Parts: sequence; C-alpha cells; structure tokens
Amino acid sequence: MYVAVKGGERAIENAHGLLAEDRRGDTEVPELTPDQIREQMKLAVDRVMTEGSLYDRELAALALKQARGDQIEAIFLLRAYRTTLPRFAASRPVDTGAMVVERRVSATFKDLPGGQILGPTFDYTHRLIDHDLAAPHRPRPCAEAAPVDEAMPRVLDLLACEGLIEPADPADPAAPDPPDASGAADREDGQPADITREPPRFPAGRDARLQTLARGDEGFLLALAYSSQRGYGRTHPFAGEIRLGTVPVCIAPEELGFEIEIGEIELTECQMVNQFTGGADRAPCFTRGYGLAFGHGERKAMSMALVDRSLRADAFEETRDAPVQDEEFVLSHCDNVQATGFVEHLKLPHYVDFQSELELLRRLRREHDARNGPDDKAEAAE
Amino acid sequence: MSVEATVTPEEAPPVMAGDDTPPILAVEGLAKQYGGRIGCADVGFRLWPGEVLGIVGESGSGKTTVLNCAAGRLAPTAGRVLYSAADGATHDVHAIAETDRRRLMRTDWAFVHQHARDGLRMGVSAGANVGEPLMALGARHYGRIRTAAGDWLTRTEIDADRIDDRPTTFSGGMQQRLQVARALVAEPRLVFMDEPTGGLDVSVQARLLDLLRGLVTELGLAAVIVTHDLAVARLLSHRLLVMRRGRVVETGLTDQVLDDPQHPYTQLLVASVLQP
Amino acid sequence: MNIPAAMVEPAGGRDDTYNFAYLDEQTKRMIRRALLKAVAVPGYQVPFAGREMPMPYGWGTGGVQVTAAILKADDVLKVIDQGADDTTNAVSIRKFFRRTAGVATTERTEAANVIQTRHRIPETPLRAGQILVYQVPIPEPLRFLEPRETETRRMHAHADYGLMHVKLYEDIARHGHIATTYAYPVKVAGRYVMDPSPTPKFDNPKMSECPALQLFGAGREKRIYAIPPFTTVESLDFEDHSFTVQRWDRPCALCGARDSFLDEVVTDDRGGRMFVCSDTDYCARRRDAGHGPEEEEA
Repeated sequence: MYVAVKGGERAIENAHGLLAEDRRGDTEVPELTPDQIREQMKLAVDRVMTEGSLYDRELAALALKQARGDQIEAIFLLRAYRTTLPRFAASRPVDTGAMVVERRVSATFKDLPGGQILGPTFDYTHRLIDHDLAAPHRPRPCAEAAPVDEAMPRVLDLLACEGLIEPADPADPAAPDPPDASGAADREDGQPADITREPPRFPAGRDARLQTLARGDEGFLLALAYSSQRGYGRTHPFAGEIRLGTVPVCIAPEELGFEIEIGEIELTECQMVNQFTGGADRAPCFTRGYGLAFGHGERKAMSMALVDRSLRADAFEETRDAPVQDEEFVLSHCDNVQATGFVEHLKLPHYVDFQSELELLRRLRREHDARNGPDDKAEAAE
Repeated sequence: MSVEATVTPEEAPPVMAGDDTPPILAVEGLAKQYGGRIGCADVGFRLWPGEVLGIVGESGSGKTTVLNCAAGRLAPTAGRVLYSAADGATHDVHAIAETDRRRLMRTDWAFVHQHARDGLRMGVSAGANVGEPLMALGARHYGRIRTAAGDWLTRTEIDADRIDDRPTTFSGGMQQRLQVARALVAEPRLVFMDEPTGGLDVSVQARLLDLLRGLVTELGLAAVIVTHDLAVARLLSHRLLVMRRGRVVETGLTDQVLDDPQHPYTQLLVASVLQP
Repeated sequence: MNIPAAMVEPAGGRDDTYNFAYLDEQTKRMIRRALLKAVAVPGYQVPFAGREMPMPYGWGTGGVQVTAAILKADDVLKVIDQGADDTTNAVSIRKFFRRTAGVATTERTEAANVIQTRHRIPETPLRAGQILVYQVPIPEPLRFLEPRETETRRMHAHADYGLMHVKLYEDIARHGHIATTYAYPVKVAGRYVMDPSPTPKFDNPKMSECPALQLFGAGREKRIYAIPPFTTVESLDFEDHSFTVQRWDRPCALCGARDSFLDEVVTDDRGGRMFVCSDTDYCARRRDAGHGPEEEEA
C-alpha cells in the first residue's frame, strides 16, 4: 500500500542539524571567531557590506561565519536583517573630497596635487603562493608611511576647473543628463530615490541606477564592464581616480538645525573619465562614470563606474545596442540575492506543473503516432 | 538663399475622388527637427481616397521623416496631420491619445517597411504573421483566421503550403510579399510604404511592383509611398512630391513632374536616371 | 461552520523579538495600499516596494508579504505547496508565521480564512470571507513574448493583446491544440490579461466567480494583483478551439476521486505508476468519509 510522502517538518529539522554540524567541521580544529573573519578576511567582509548594503563589520563577519563563507548567502542574511531595522535619519551626502586617504591612484596624470599613494594593494605582488602564511606569521613592520598630504583634491575636479569634463552636479544646466534624469524631480519630496522603499521603474533615474549598481553583484558588473572594453558598447575609459579611505558620516536632525558627526566609514570611490566627441550644439568634453563601494572594493567600484557610464548612452546620443547599455537588462539582473533566489527556486517541487506537461506530452505523442504510425523503432521490434 | 521654384499652393485636383470628397489625409505645415538638424520643414500635402502619392528625393532629403510623421510614428516639431475616418470624423493624429492613435494604426492604416524584418515577427509562422492583425482586432475563430491567412498568402503569390513555415525560411522577395499580406489582411484604408522594393533584385522588384499595383487598384487603397527610385514612383503613384534638404521643391501629377520637371533639382534627378 | 477544534493548531507561541507577522507596520500599510489598488483594478499589476524577506526570492516572498500584511491575530492560516500541506516549503512558511505571528494554523481548507498557496487552488470550493494568497514567480503574462517591462506596460495600457493569441495560434498550428498547460493566461473582468501564477490550467475555472478574495504577490518582481470576489475570469482561447482542462482516465488511487488534480507517483523502476490527489487535505477528508480506491473494472 502506497503512503504519501510525509514528514516535511522532521526533514527540515534534520537538515538544519546537519548544516550546523557541517558548518563547524572537524572539532579538533579551533573554531573560527567573527573577530578573526573581520580582521583577516577583510575584503570578504567589505563585499558582504557593500552588496548587503549595510555598513556593519561585526554583523557582516558573523554572516560570513553563518554562511560558511558563501558570500551571496552572507549578503542575503545581511539584507534580510537590514529590512527590519528602523530608520532614525538619512545622512548628509558624504564628501569624498575630504577623505582621509589610505590609497589613491590616477591613471590620467603622472603627478598631481596630493600625489599617488599605493597603499595596501595586491597590484604589484607576484601571484605566488606564499607558503610562509601556512604557519602563524607576523608581518615585517612597515616603514612609517610619510604623512599624507592634507589637500588631496579629486582628480576630476581638476579637469572640471577647465570645463573639460561634464559637471558632476545634475542640477547644473550644462549637465548632459535630461533634467529629470536624477529621478529626484519626479518625486514629490524632491529627495533622491530609495530603491529599498520604491518599486523599480524604467527608465530609472541616475540615482536609482547608481543605488542598484552599488548593491549589484560584483561578478555580473565585472563581466559587463569587461564586455564594454571589448567592444560591446565602447566608452573609451580612463581611470581618472581611485581613492580609498575614511570619511565622516553626518546627520542634520531637523530639531537641531545643524550637522552632527555620527561616525566614519571606509569607502572606495572610482571616477572614470570617458571620451565624448561632442554633438551638434555641444563642445567635445570628457564624461564621467561613477563607482562607490563600502570598505576596500576596487574591482567593484571600477566595474560600477564603467557600467554607469555605459548606461548613460542616451544622455550622449550614443546608440544603445550592447547589453551593458541596456538599462532594463542590467538593472533587472544585477541583484545577486534576487538572482540566486530565483535560480535556486527550481529546487522547489514543481510536481503539478510537471504533471500537466507530462500529460500534454503523452497526448502529443499519441496523436503523433496516430498520424504517422508507430515509429521505426517500434516496427523493428515487432 | 537662392530663389527656388515655388510650390503650387493649390494642389493638383484629385485624380480619383469625387467633387466634394474630403481628403483622407491632410498634412499641414509639418516640421521635424533633430537637435539642431532639420529633418523636414514646411511640408504640406493632401491625399484623397484611392490616390497614391509618391515622395521622391535622394537619401537624407527628409522623405522618410515625412512618412513617419504622417503615419503617426514620429511626433513632429510643428504642424499637424489630419485623418478623416470612414465615418466622416476627422482625427488630429498627433493630438489624440496614444490609445486612439494605436487603434487607428490597427484598424485603418498599415505600414510596409523597407526591411521585411521590421514589419514581421521572424520567430512565428507565416500564418501567425498574417493572422496577428486580425487577432489584434478581436478575431477569435482559429479556422477563419487561418483561412484568411491562407487567402492572403495566395493573393501575394506565396504558396499556401508555406503557411506554417517561419519567414526566416523565405527568400527576400517572399518576405516582402508576406509583409504586404500582413499589412493588407485587416483591410486598411490607408497604407504607408517606405522603400518597399529597396534591397531586392531587379527581377524580384518588378514582381513585387506588379503585385502592389494590382492590389492597390483592386482594393482602392490610398497610399503614401516613399522611394528614391523614380521608376517605382512612375509605376505606382498618381502624384509626386519631390523633396530636397527637408523641403518640398516640386509637386504635381507624376507624369507631369517626371516628363516636364520644373525645379532644377527635379531636372537633375530625372536626368540622372537612364531613360527607358 | 462547524470545524472540529482538533483540526486547528491553536494560536500562541509568538516570538516577540519581531513585529507581528515580521513586517513593520509602515511596510504593511504600504502593501495594503497596493492591495486596495489591486482590488480596485482587477488583474492590473500594481508595483509595490517589496521588502527583502528572510527567505529567498522565488520561494514565496511575494505571497509571504501579502499574507503578513493582511494577517490578524485571530486568523486561521493554511499553507500549501503543490496542493499539499506537508511539502517542505509549505511547512517552512507555516512555521515562519507560527513563529512571527503566532496565529492558528490548519490543514483544513474550510477551517482556514487565509490560505497561502504555491501552484494550486484547493479542490474544496472556497467560500466568501476566505482569502487565497498566491505566490507568483513571474507576474507578467506577456513576458515571454516581450521581455521589456516598458513595452509590456504599454501593451497592457492599450489592451494591445493580439500577441497573446499569436502564441495560442502557433500552438494549434503546430500541435493541433493549445499547448499551454500551466500559467495559462486569463482575462480578468474583460480588461486585463493576467498570469494566474503557475497553477495548472485545471484550476483556471475555479478562479472565475469565486466567492473568496484572490490576492497575488510577486516579491522579486515587486508586483501585486488581485481578483475580487465574484469576478469573471476567462481563459484565453479560440471559438473553435475552446479552453479545456486536463482529465485523467482513472480516479485517485487512494480516495477514488474523479474530480481532482492527480499527481503521478512512480512506484518502482519497471514503469509502475499510480495517480493520487495533489490536494492532500481533500484526499484525506474523502478517505475519512469512507471513500476508498475504486474496484478495478473488469
């Protein structure tokens, strides 16, 4: 006698138990602490904060532990937690020009006010496995870094002085994006979009676009940015500036009427400089692509800047024919929490849909055989 | 600015219409600017039921811009396009709601593109391509839709056996004839054609032209046809509009314009074509 | 209606570290506004600012948000997936609401006033006062014909639905009949073409003139739509190829029902098959009432 499959509840509990056991691994090996992850897996923590869109090192480290190192799973945990948080205030825009810089490179000028600062980077390491790291290890003390120049103007601001680059402020009449491109003009309160509080609309304003890209999957944006360099929607980019450092975060509570600093965050900012040949009524100038990430995330910030510029094709009357220029395509598919959920939902039962298709297929086969006679194989068997 | 031959303000009398029939389409003071560039300016014409108007000129003369504005597909910078429907009502094509404009495009008008690809769905069968305009108008009887599609394939000289084949398996000429079948199946009153024979071999062109001429006469269609090919214009149109740099430089009966061109540009255009 | 108390798991045990039913009240209000609009314009997809939920996108986040927004402390909730109360995802969602809302739960269709479902409509006819909440993966019925949101919204606005019939036409031309078996498109109240979510077309007739309120939530795509009670829902078809539902040439092997959707169960590796009700509650109730497998016909 057939008994329908039962016990979903017990199966789930058992799965949770096995997961906890597997997460811990061999108990002879000391257990990892969130502190260790936070300090020694910094780039993983930074990515989880960026794409989880929540700046909290402790929580991101804990999420990575809980997710067994799976970044997208950790991002998902952070996002779901973020939804439940009350909102006390919205910060004032941070000023990356006033950043306390740890690293700053420009590919457009050899020397510039404030100089180039290499900082902590993989860039000029040889990618050889360092077997010394297998054992406990104390890094050689680093020569005291020269004090960083106080004044470190952003490279693109230097170009802006000469009018060689489009204005950064969308409210500037010389800005190329259409007046409503920031998206803010569409909203009653005139405030920038908040993609976590409004459904997406197309065409999106640049504010919603940048927010979506900031949360977007690093791998997806990297591949799209790469495709633009290989000719699918060329934008002729130069890395105008990449800077890494800390900036203060301020809020201005209405009842106070002045700004107060509530802490500081580490950011990576990338501004790309791209060619623009000019148009009928516009002089040639450079144009901008913008990327920003929490913590140290150069690959993400650079990819984001390239994709941002590609998505502005309309503002520069460029033809839109490459995937990277297609706003709906890019923005609808760059969120890895959405993407992973939908891809992995195929694991859920689809019994009734499959049953419906099975029934149809059997009917089609019967009808096919009735029309054409039994197929060759059946004949051979007779 | 040189003085150019003036365009006759009162146009030639309608060829096929009765005395007090209103024009089916009236274009007034049409202008389209693309940024600082002029697409067309000061364009006006009227089209009577049953009449075929050709718009000729070299590439970049603005003839396709005029066609797209007249067909409601491109918003003009200035001017208006008036369409009088079969029930006598007049519609200001660019002033009415988009829903109404789209309805007109489905019920009363048709558009034939230069490239069949732009006018067909390449991913579905020929029958579905011809049947779609009927379904868009609410036809819900599969058998009748299929019969109508089959009839139109035959009328456009496509073997009815090909009804379930996709247009990707058709030759260029067949694809263009399929596009014509799709355009005419819902019995429009007004057809816009953009270089319908462009990109086809000469012999294939001739066959399509014969077909178009036959269908337009048989169905009593009004049509606006854009072409750079004066032979096509002579064969299909009753009246001609000659365009240069976005403006109309000459207009008149086709034979008159082609046999006795008045404007120096038209003279040049006519002289550059090998006479038969 | 008399429901034996034993059939309902009573309310209680709410984890109050979270707001009632997880979502904060502002979010619930936002969702309720979208729901009201959806009910006012039947079949129209209302954009809403879907939140990130603690379960993955594609696993019912839309349905869960709708349920969270409408749930009251005295509601009785039923959750099904593929028609069954005991499939893992149904169990998981039911546990989520027991933990965050502490509401009573049941497997009995008639005992519940909120039923969240994935892919099925219960066989037991729904009654006035009940709400059926569907989990929707892709709310746009035109999506696979036209991938662009900007274009599909325009098509809905102009009721430009010819393309939908092109697909059905192609099915008939190729197969001799319409070959869509689930997520079969419907027209709601004579206006909007709507995706009924991936329910088998077997369930489509149950949507029309249904006394219960039907709500649809798509979390990843951030859309909500609704069918108010007693609304006409037609499945798209042709006059000479009319809409039909699946039929089985045998009854349920457990309860003998001939009017329910049957799941095929593979019983061995020699081609053994049996067919049983996908609606586990319906099947169990019939067996409780003394129905059993029909005698094999001679």
